[in-house]
Amino acid sequence: MSRWRSVLRTPVGACAALLLVGVLALAVLAPILWSAQADRVDTDAIRQGMSAEHWAGTDDLGRDLFFRVLVATRLSVELALLATLIAVVVGLTLGALPALVGSRLGRYVVAFVNITVAFPGLLLALFLAVIFGVGARGAVLAIGLAGAPAFARLTQTLVAGVIERDYVAAARAAGIGRFRVLLRHVLPNIAEPLIVNATISAGGALLAFAGLSFLGLGVQAPQYDWGRLLGDGLAGIYVTPAAALAPGIAVVIAGLAFNLFGEALAKAVGLTTPLGRALPRLPRRTDSSAPSDAVLEVRELTVTLPSGARAVRGVSLQIAPGEAVGVVGESGSGKSLTALAIAQLVEEPLQVRAERLHFQGADLQAQAHRKLLGTSLAMVFQDPMTAFNPTQRIASQLAEGAREHGGLSRQAARARVIDRLRAVRIHDPERRARQYPHEFSGGMRQRAMIGMGLMGTPALIIADEPTTALDVTVQQQILQLLAEIRAADHVALLLISHDVTVVSAVCDRVLVMYAGRVVEDLPAAELARGARHPYTRALVAAVPTMESDRQLPLTVIPGRMPDPDDVSAGCSFAPRCALADAHCAAEQPELIASADGRRIACWHPAPASLALQES
Amino acid sequence: MLRFDQVTIRYGSRIAVDNVSLTVPDGEIVGLVGESGSGKSTLARAGVGLVAPTSGQVLLGDRPVGLRSPVQLVFQDPYSALDPRMTIGQSIAEPMPRASRADRRAEVSRLLELVDLDPSRAMQYPAQLSGGQRQRVALARALAGQPEVIIADEITSALDVSVQGTVLNLIRDLQAQLGLSMLFISHNLAVVRYVATQVAVMHHGRIVEHGPAPEVLGNPQHDYTRELLASLTT
Ligand SMILES: Nc1ncnc2c1ncn2[C@@H]1O[C@H](COP(=O)(O)OP(=O)(O)OP(=O)(O)O)[C@@H](O)[C@H]1O
Ligand code: SF4
Ligand SMILES: [Mg+2]
Repeated sequence: MSRWRSVLRTPVGACAALLLVGVLALAVLAPILWSAQADRVDTDAIRQGMSAEHWAGTDDLGRDLFFRVLVATRLSVELALLATLIAVVVGLTLGALPALVGSRLGRYVVAFVNITVAFPGLLLALFLAVIFGVGARGAVLAIGLAGAPAFARLTQTLVAGVIERDYVAAARAAGIGRFRVLLRHVLPNIAEPLIVNATISAGGALLAFAGLSFLGLGVQAPQYDWGRLLGDGLAGIYVTPAAALAPGIAVVIAGLAFNLFGEALAKAVGLTTPLGRALPRLPRRTDSSAPSDAVLEVRELTVTLPSGARAVRGVSLQIAPGEAVGVVGESGSGKSLTALAIAQLVEEPLQVRAERLHFQGADLQAQAHRKLLGTSLAMVFQDPMTAFNPTQRIASQLAEGAREHGGLSRQAARARVIDRLRAVRIHDPERRARQYPHEFSGGMRQRAMIGMGLMGTPALIIADEPTTALDVTVQQQILQLLAEIRAADHVALLLISHDVTVVSAVCDRVLVMYAGRVVEDLPAAELARGARHPYTRALVAAVPTMESDRQLPLTVIPGRMPDPDDVSAGCSFAPRCALADAHCAAEQPELIASADGRRIACWHPAPASLALQES
Repeated sequence: MLRFDQVTIRYGSRIAVDNVSLTVPDGEIVGLVGESGSGKSTLARAGVGLVAPTSGQVLLGDRPVGLRSPVQLVFQDPYSALDPRMTIGQSIAEPMPRASRADRRAEVSRLLELVDLDPSRAMQYPAQLSGGQRQRVALARALAGQPEVIIADEITSALDVSVQGTVLNLIRDLQAQLGLSMLFISHNLAVVRYVATQVAVMHHGRIVEHGPAPEVLGNPQHDYTRELLASLTT
């Protein structure tokens, strides 16, 4: 997948990958190539230091240590991987068990895992090594089992996050058994973080194994791994330091390779949230180019899909300080893509282009100004679950941005998190801050996400369907919260919603989008009765009321909005519009502003007076 | 016929559903309204066997409802409703009865058409669909299970008004054509009024009022129902 491949595009990722490939290649090839050299006993050259002939010196029997270190790569890596495999399998089983056996038994498993997690890993490994007996097999089991609790905990957290998703409930309600659900719906959705963590912990296992062998609890002669070589070499560290240094260096390099690669993977596969990426370093206001009093000024914004089709086709809009602007339009009209493009969150392979994209007077298309987004723009998504990393506590996710670009100390950032959680009305914020995202209800997650936006001092909040996933009363509370924040700090709001009623209640002005374009821009108060565009009028008419005739089908807009791939040349609403004529089908109407500040794109708009008469 | 018989559901010490008796007769749509946290979703989950009642029982015909009963649930949140790793087609085919590959594919196409999506979308992943499009997929998936009863939990709350209209019309059509029975949960009285023949009002875990839709909405007896109707006009 492209996200996995993008690891290689970061310098750290590329280096780590190179290092890892090197280590693995060595593990495969070294014993084949150099076993003979490594085992050759030479009694004339015992315990020598470094020399041109023996780069890392020789051991008690005069064997070349450089080659022995190379050859030991295989055993060291093999055993570390084996131990990691055991940790993963046991951890996965323990972690997934609660989901399989039902809640009562599950609680015992969770408690068991919690106890074992609290036990220091290396101590556990030592203890187990003694139980399983001295030797490679015992050590593998010991390190594997010692690593399992951490994995079990991670799996539990991840599974808990996925299992509450509706698609899991839907599958179970469709009669799919728990085990099948686990295999088909849960594991694939938690595979990425698990793989990443397994890679990182393989590095840990490598170190731990070296430790056990070093203590004489691991690999036994005549076999040898790095730990064993290290132990043997340490006796003569003052005479021939290379004998201990060479395996030591090998352990560090290989350990680093796994660790760094794992970290790079984590970055690449989105264990950083889209929000994480939206929060670049260093807050600074940069009023460089043409000053404008608009908070946000967008001109001719276009988003191109990989197919070459344009999902957003030349959107222009302005938001004044403190203004609340709503965006309505049917599903797929490009509302979300517009919002994401403004926040610079649209990713490859989608392409964003704009004639002008200014936020607080700074050009967002210039790389240097994007940092503004981190502190001055708050983004609230429909789906708060995917915006949070399921494996991290709420506090550290909120603090991340503030510590990185606010330069706050750990304590200061923490205090700010708790203060912000309180500001978004989360009860008992000290306790809540320590919890994981799945321990929050939907409404609380949405509050936490707003709180994350408030870690800085936003001038604009972009909220994309912030309440759609929430039920009604919670919806009211979130809208109320947004209104309060706006009133308190004169923050502007761009509220995207499919819900015409919500938008007209909350916003000052409404943009109506259709097939990637703004077709009407009008005061919210005019929406119900004063709309002039046929599409807007149809949209409003489709809302059922207590007076709708129950015998008749509801008024709907016949047909469907064209997908970005097949928008036609003329007005894209033409196939569904009662007023359409040949002109409409042939030529696209431009979005024209009128004297009263309203804008409309239609060849035959309802006259303003007529619209009023009908009301 | 789906029947909740004196169902009580507790979470720890909290009572989510309190001694509810409610029947969804064959071929009828029963609307269930009430504020958030009043226990509507819990009742919905009990209706498909995802939650076991603490006391009382849920019956389909004369048999207790279990996870394999032909009752399907459609959820509110279109983002959480579909497995991001499965294609639209795979998701819809999951609850289908066993059939040949070609039959399944044909059925997936038919269902996509039914919910007003281009059948070529079957190969796409949820990430490529907008929220409203996903919800229509969720509805198609529920229909794929050939249910006797569908429980719809706020299914139009996340939909565009234009699509909401088509979905509501679709639901009425399906009911007329297939004699579909449905428990239709919504906070939106105007929506419930439009599709339901009966309306039940839930408040603090209890059904406080229940009867034919025109009666309940036209001449509400309980204070809470009056409050709901009043809040609508403001
Ligand atoms: N990552 C993507 N790859 C390909 N197509 C995409 C992608 N994201 C969005 N699209 C397409 O772009 C169009 C606009 O999508 P967008 O999500 O902006 O709609 P929307 O107006 O927010 O709809 P909704 O109200 O349902 O959320 C849709 O046709 C959608 O299928
Ligand atoms: S331009 Fe023509 S087709 Fe388009 S909305 Fe106006 S009248 Fe209808
Ligand atoms: Mg959207």
